[in-house]
Amino acid sequence: MSDRGYPEAVADEFPVPPTEFTDREERPIEIRPYESTEDGYEALVEMYDAFDPADRAQGIPPGGETRIREWLDAILGDDCLNVIAWCGDEVAGHATLVPDGDAYELAIFVHQEYQRAGIGTHLIRGLLGHGQAEGIRKVWLTVERWNRAAVSLYKKIGFETSDAESFELEMGLRLNPDADADADADADADADPDTDPEENGGER
Amino acid sequence: MKVLCGIGGSDDSFRALDRTVERAAVADDDLTVAVVENPDSSIDPAEIARRAESAVEEAGIDAEVRLIEGDPGSRLVELAETEGFEEIVLGGGHTSPMGKITIGSIAEFVLLNAKTSVTLVR
Repeated sequence: MSDRGYPEAVADEFPVPPTEFTDREERPIEIRPYESTEDGYEALVEMYDAFDPADRAQGIPPGGETRIREWLDAILGDDCLNVIAWCGDEVAGHATLVPDGDAYELAIFVHQEYQRAGIGTHLIRGLLGHGQAEGIRKVWLTVERWNRAAVSLYKKIGFETSDAESFELEMGLRLNPDADADADADADADADPDTDPEENGGER
Repeated sequence: MKVLCGIGGSDDSFRALDRTVERAAVADDDLTVAVVENPDSSIDPAEIARRAESAVEEAGIDAEVRLIEGDPGSRLVELAETEGFEEIVLGGGHTSPMGKITIGSIAEFVLLNAKTSVTLVR
């Protein structure tokens, strides 16, 4: 949709996957763009099949293997961007960008066994780095307002609230300048090097 | 049962209409379809009302289709209270390409403010 709000400033550069790190539980984690292999696909299905339904958000991931496969087929398409956090052969987490009009919708899931270990931050930064490198301009997401861990992660990344009127918060991030705004953005940056001090004014 | 189905022209509101009309035919509900002014819909209320009337006709039931002006959520709640409706039926939300469900602003208002039961059709 074109009426969503995004920050004026373009986000900082994010690391482009593949990247590696050790999580807070001393597990080696590798962040890689999704490779469309049968083993990779099945590992992803397995992660979602074992996903705690209590961590579902607005209907996703769906329950049951059949629905999981249907959903994955839709969001692993060629026009989508997907990044996986691997722990050996096991999928620890998955983040995706799905096109919606002139922007991309973001979602991220970390399996319960791998939560609170710093994987989400690396995974979302990896996805945004992948998106930035692919030239994606605008990203939006919705998050349930009670999900404080997620909301604070998104804010830390640079997302700003664009709609606080609904049950869910809507947030936006600008990954790359608009094609026709390149010149303007440069001029603005020279004239006003500071980011707007009120850029988070909408979040209360 | 005395049922009020509110529709504003979104895809999910037409799904709610079809399901409610179908159900009314089976359950012999006393159905009223209220066409509200949804600011997010680009379809003209008169056109929405025409679609509602043809759905009602097709199902062979006797239901009234009314155009409701003003704020959709509060008018639906008010109508339900003043005219003794037992249930309000609305569309169950928009699904993004990602598969995430978002409930519309009209449904949010009605859910939080109605004294009757509210059904969201998925």
